[in-house]
Amino acid sequence: MSDQTPNATLFLEKRSYRRRRLMDALHLLPIVGVLLWLLPVFWPSGGDHPADPTPVAMSSAVTYVFVVWMLLILAAAVLWWFIGERDRADPGS
Amino acid sequence: MISVNQLLGVSLVYVAFLFAIAFFAERASIRGKGSWLRSPTVYTLSLSIYCTAWTFYGAVGYAARSGMEFVTIYLGPSLVMIGWWWVLRKLVRIGRAQRATSVADLISARYGKSNLLAIVVTVMAVIGVTPYIALQLQSVTLSLSIFSETGQPDSLSQQTAAFWVAGGLVLFTVLFGTRNLNANERHDGVVIAIAVEAVVKLVALLAVGIFVVWGIAGGIGPMMERIDNSSIGEWSMDRSRWAALTMLSAAAFLALPRMFQVMVVENEDERHLQIASWAFPLYLMLMSLFVVPIAVVGLDILPAGSNPDLFVLTVPLAEGQGGLATLSFLGGFSSATSMVIVATLALSTMVSNHVVMPVWLSTQAEGAQVSGDVRNVVILARRASILMIIFFGYIYYRLSGGGAALAAIGLISFVGVAQFLPAMLGGIFWRGATRWGALTGLLVGFAVWVFSSLLPSFGPDAVLSAAVFEQGIGGLPWLRPQALFGIEGIDPTVHAMVWSLSLNTAVFIAVSLVTFPTPLERLQGAQFVNIFDHSTQARGWDAALATSEDLMIMAQRILGPADALALFRAEAQRQGLTGHLPEPTQGFLQTLERELAGSVGSATAHAMISQLVGGTSVSVEDLMAVADESAQILEYSNRLEAKSAELSRTARQLREANQKLTALSVQKDAFLGQISHELRTPMTSIRSFSEILRDTDKLDQADKTKYASIIHGETIRLTRLLDDLLDLSVLENGQVSLNLEHGNLHAVIERALLSAGGAHTTPLRIDHVGADTDVPLCTDLDRLRQVFINLITNAQKYCTAAEPSLTVTVLQHNGGLQVVFHDNGTPIPADARALIFEKFSRINDKDGSGAGLGLAICREIMARLGGDITYESRADGNAFIVHLPGQVALAAQ
Repeated sequence: MSDQTPNATLFLEKRSYRRRRLMDALHLLPIVGVLLWLLPVFWPSGGDHPADPTPVAMSSAVTYVFVVWMLLILAAAVLWWFIGERDRADPGS
Repeated sequence: MISVNQLLGVSLVYVAFLFAIAFFAERASIRGKGSWLRSPTVYTLSLSIYCTAWTFYGAVGYAARSGMEFVTIYLGPSLVMIGWWWVLRKLVRIGRAQRATSVADLISARYGKSNLLAIVVTVMAVIGVTPYIALQLQSVTLSLSIFSETGQPDSLSQQTAAFWVAGGLVLFTVLFGTRNLNANERHDGVVIAIAVEAVVKLVALLAVGIFVVWGIAGGIGPMMERIDNSSIGEWSMDRSRWAALTMLSAAAFLALPRMFQVMVVENEDERHLQIASWAFPLYLMLMSLFVVPIAVVGLDILPAGSNPDLFVLTVPLAEGQGGLATLSFLGGFSSATSMVIVATLALSTMVSNHVVMPVWLSTQAEGAQVSGDVRNVVILARRASILMIIFFGYIYYRLSGGGAALAAIGLISFVGVAQFLPAMLGGIFWRGATRWGALTGLLVGFAVWVFSSLLPSFGPDAVLSAAVFEQGIGGLPWLRPQALFGIEGIDPTVHAMVWSLSLNTAVFIAVSLVTFPTPLERLQGAQFVNIFDHSTQARGWDAALATSEDLMIMAQRILGPADALALFRAEAQRQGLTGHLPEPTQGFLQTLERELAGSVGSATAHAMISQLVGGTSVSVEDLMAVADESAQILEYSNRLEAKSAELSRTARQLREANQKLTALSVQKDAFLGQISHELRTPMTSIRSFSEILRDTDKLDQADKTKYASIIHGETIRLTRLLDDLLDLSVLENGQVSLNLEHGNLHAVIERALLSAGGAHTTPLRIDHVGADTDVPLCTDLDRLRQVFINLITNAQKYCTAAEPSLTVTVLQHNGGLQVVFHDNGTPIPADARALIFEKFSRINDKDGSGAGLGLAICREIMARLGGDITYESRADGNAFIVHLPGQVALAAQ
């Protein structure tokens, strides 16, 4: 990762440490999104087989997809804000 | 109810409004007051050209047909944006560093500025985007037809309408996009216009959605009930499509030429991307929010058989909301026009930079410096390409019959442009990707797409006969367009996507693995992949042949006289020259190439400069050799290894020397103790006996003689010790003068034996003093004899065998002589061997008569005589070898 230069010190002060963890969260966010949005693949679907469990109601499906969407947007915005905040507070980093 | 004419009037006013905004934005930008034009908000809104008429009309139709599946088209781009750090960040940085003007430019730049590759990508992009443009034509035509169907006498025939819409779009795009030629391919006016359109389409869709949920359904709760009770009220989904379409939309989002245009080319500040990373998913989410409610209500209240693609219009119309319907129409119109403008602009840039300009330049016999303004050619080429691209879209619309669902057409386009992804991602993450790999991968993926997706989209018997659909090409069942390799039952879109992308990627990787990139390709590859390590340019021009004047003429033709003059003057000033012609330094040529690349693409700019400079970028191979990291690292590590080996060798030598010194020091201390003892013993007896002689009166003569003899003997011993020390000191200081004589080795040994034998009475058997010792010599015979005597007496003194014996042998060795004195005593212990030739070294000295100087003296003498003396431990005793140099023996002959 680009923020880990070869000469990087082993231990960081608290602020840089926090910043790196925020970046880690930022890197993981799309992976979380993929996993959450792939879940509907496993939901029971209508018409496969008579013995199948009841299909998920469309309203629940809509709610699920959009709630995940909003949470991801919120998380991305919050991460952007905090990382940007640290940038503004410490322009050198 | 609104008439078509009123609608056209509203549209014209709207277009005029957009044009005015674009005009003032460009004016402001030229005056330098346009910083607000480049705000993160505008950047985010401009990304919304992803949401075309497909989104505006098609998504609702898609939802009415397939439920929630429509949302996958927006989930993919949302994930790409939220994960901007992984791919987009690098793509934007590379695009800016390389001044890429299009996807084709980026790919061609990565693979060694290959124009062939640029042409292939351009052609593929034009063909791939054609269905997409047809989709926009179809949606605008359909939406117009809705208004004309409602009982107006001036009903338009759809074909004519489509033709006029296409013509209008051409005019609109030409006016917007090609009024002037910007050095970096940025279009401030266009960007601000599409930002405004983004707001209009969002507001329109939200307005219809809010009307549907709160105006018709009566709130969120009742709406949810309606959804569950509708025909799409159950979760019913093709699982493979859900995953595949999410992936496909993510791929298309990265590879679509128009998305590249707004995302990379029009990007002003990389931080805008960070804001868009959450703001654009928010936009997409809002655009999708009311799609399902509108679809459900449309299915509910409209008669069966209504086109679900037009619910956004027909639902307000059915409820008598003419104003809302007009707003909705404008929203759809905005979606279609903004997409067509940016897509055709992006494509026309590619066509003019990668197809028209290279052809035009090659037809100009004089090369790049003929007079005449290239800018006119470029602008003409762009206008012609815009016309051509929209015309292609129109043809596709006519051929496909205009009846297909919008989403289905859009997906065909997506699979087509997604073919760029392997070459693009491979190019920015894998240094091993080569031009041939990219080219073959693209061609294979494209061929599979044309066969399995594009041609079947016209329907059976249109381009491909029904027989081909049923039995495959030439009756080969594994070559059926929708069941390649005999695998049936896959959804056609998933089928086309999986086969085209996987074959594309496989061929790309396989060919890259077996081909070797050119030096320029390798340089560019390193720059792309390691963009964050070094954003500097490594390629160089040999500017010796290029004259500033030629460059100036060429630059004027492309950038325009004023811009070119400003650029050259600024550079001249930077170099500290007066006037407007700078020295054609490497740095300047690179800057110039990048400036030109902004107008004509990097491959063409590269070709033009190389024409003037007289050769391709020279010394790339040299640079490679210098910059070849692996070679450098290898050499460095070799040097380090050699150094460390040398260091450890030195350390070992030092350790040895230290051990020896320590041992010597211990020995010296021991000897000093010994020698004081040695000196004291005779001194004590001399003093005691002399005191007896002095103080005792009644001594008889015999006693006197006895005591005096003792004193005499002790003095002799002292003298010998001092003599030896003196001798050694003289030898060591090199003050000895040799007394060279002619003699015979045999005689020397005999006399030595005689002297030694005379001194000692110990029985010693001496063997093998034979004829082989009869060698003439010319050396200091006395000194040599001294050495021999020393060795013989040592054997006599220290040989512990029951029957001591000494064998003297003479050997010829390397032209010199070796005299070996071999006794049968106990071998000297290994730890003592290193010290036996040192001063004061005494081993196994039983009677303490030796001073430990004999062998040291022998070694010094032999060194003076040009020879040496060494010790060898034998199985049955010790061997001292006296080496005599060749000239000692030769000189005598």
